[in-house]
Amino acid sequence: MPYDLEFEKPLVELEKKMHALQRKGDHLKADERVQLQHMERELRWRTEEIYKNLTSWQTVQVARHKDRPYAADYIRLLCDDFFELHGDRVFGDDHAVMAGPAKLDGQKVMLICQQKGRDTKEKVFRNFGISHPEGYRKAHRLMQQAEKFGLPVICLIDTSGASPALEDEERGQAEAIAANLYLMARLQVPILAVVIGEGGSGGALAISVADRILMLEHSIYAVASPEAAASILWRDTSFAPQAAEAMRISARELYRLGLIDELVPEPPGGAHRNQRLAAANLKAVLLKHLAELKPLSLDELLEKRYRKFRSIGKHGKSVGSNMLRANT
Amino acid sequence: MVKEAAVPSTGQTWTQPGMDGIGNVAVKCPKCKEILYGRDWEKNLRVCSRCDFHFKLTAYARIELLVDRGSFVELDADIISIDPLNFVSRSQPYTAKLGEEQNTTNLHEAVVSGHATIEKKPLALAVMDFRFIGGSMGSVVGEKITRTIELGIERRIPVLIVSASGGARMQEGLYSLMQMVKTSAALAKLGEAKIPYFSLLTDPTVGGVTASFATLGDVIIAEPGALVGFAGPRVIEGFMHTKLPEGVVSSEFALQHGMIDAVIHRRDLRYELGRLLNLYF
Repeated sequence: MPYDLEFEKPLVELEKKMHALQRKGDHLKADERVQLQHMERELRWRTEEIYKNLTSWQTVQVARHKDRPYAADYIRLLCDDFFELHGDRVFGDDHAVMAGPAKLDGQKVMLICQQKGRDTKEKVFRNFGISHPEGYRKAHRLMQQAEKFGLPVICLIDTSGASPALEDEERGQAEAIAANLYLMARLQVPILAVVIGEGGSGGALAISVADRILMLEHSIYAVASPEAAASILWRDTSFAPQAAEAMRISARELYRLGLIDELVPEPPGGAHRNQRLAAANLKAVLLKHLAELKPLSLDELLEKRYRKFRSIGKHGKSVGSNMLRANT
Repeated sequence: MVKEAAVPSTGQTWTQPGMDGIGNVAVKCPKCKEILYGRDWEKNLRVCSRCDFHFKLTAYARIELLVDRGSFVELDADIISIDPLNFVSRSQPYTAKLGEEQNTTNLHEAVVSGHATIEKKPLALAVMDFRFIGGSMGSVVGEKITRTIELGIERRIPVLIVSASGGARMQEGLYSLMQMVKTSAALAKLGEAKIPYFSLLTDPTVGGVTASFATLGDVIIAEPGALVGFAGPRVIEGFMHTKLPEGVVSSEFALQHGMIDAVIHRRDLRYELGRLLNLYF
């Protein structure tokens, strides 16, 4: 897979030279073989260096990479079995949300995922991972079902946001999202949420109220897409990179702020360079958290979940007419 | 109540200097362009006497309108925003923006909260003010609304939240988004305690506020002609690449599509809320 992102430019030349040598195959001379080994080592080292220090905007580009593993890829690589269920029993079936019961390392779980779609045909079919209210209502239905059957819920989040079209207003997009927040806050089974790519605003939040919020190392989670924020605050979408930095939307920054629980490590150069390894990392982290949540009593589980979200927020106190600010 | 001033203000008064409307000799209705005399306009609860256009109200004016005279006790007035992300946009730090908004609006934040009575029935209430950074919800708005709901649980009194908001506040990033969960989780607890929650939507209520507490009311009411929806018309038009017909994404549209329970004229709000409090509690 060639390096194609702008900040990966320093790697392109090196990779080209390396490929030239690799093409020789068995005809490599002894010194060339040594040279190739050196190059491979250097490429890996330099990739790690670059990816260790990605800015928020660079992280956006990785999170949106066309070859980044999507939910369906993780389902295939993670699950022993998955049976996709359809429809919200009210209006229709939203293909941006894939959901159903699954088995993960022998454990029964309910999977709720957002799927963007790989090629043009699938992208259109999945509406680019942009959900209608039906998607959130399908999730709502299956979360209630998970509660009924005592299945932990695992949500894989990857969307640029909820659909803001007129038809979505007519069918109650806002209510569909709010209803999920309300349900998930008190759902009587463990919930894990993992942002695997883009966590776009309310559309992502609607399936992200969880006992543990996890993010892949190079994913993003934002109150508004960088483009939307730039158009609101700078009145110009070309300021998206500045908005991305200002809002601190990269997984690493959010972890540093204590807003998420854990980073899931990605292979060097991003999850798209080694889907299998990315999935294995994710599986290990999911199983660890499931095991941690299992022994909690229902009261403990719900109280901890409530406290977790209750405590998010930073504010100060004003003193007299001077508004002094202090962290509390 | 109305002080006469030399400078007449026109259009939507909330964007004009002297924004609370006091001191306006005359205002122009943005809908029917009628010139309204300040005194009559105030007496008519800032509703256009010709076309019934409901002007935006400040939080304190709204409270005065809704609750029994002298019954409102403000709580948590001293909580103010800090800048958790060191946010800077267009070379203006968020803290400077906050200071500016506090000076021009004379408010600490975009919500005023406490308890009061309506028709002698006690309730916890939080009222948003659109003038303060577009009524956007950051940590403080989320916190004060959550505390209002918790007050309802603690004292076993109904909760009323009056929304007026453009959505989540960009300047506090994910902290803002998470306030949607915080407020909704508190409402879930209120629901478990079997205490009613009334949501009043005023112009405008969109974005993160609509997608959380505003649409979770046991009863949801809106003022006539208010912009009410998940996305504002400009966002919808941008997404769909089409022009929307007039009046779409409004209280009436929401009522028609089954999203809210009633559209009630401003002059009837106190009476109707009093009736509901009596019917539910």
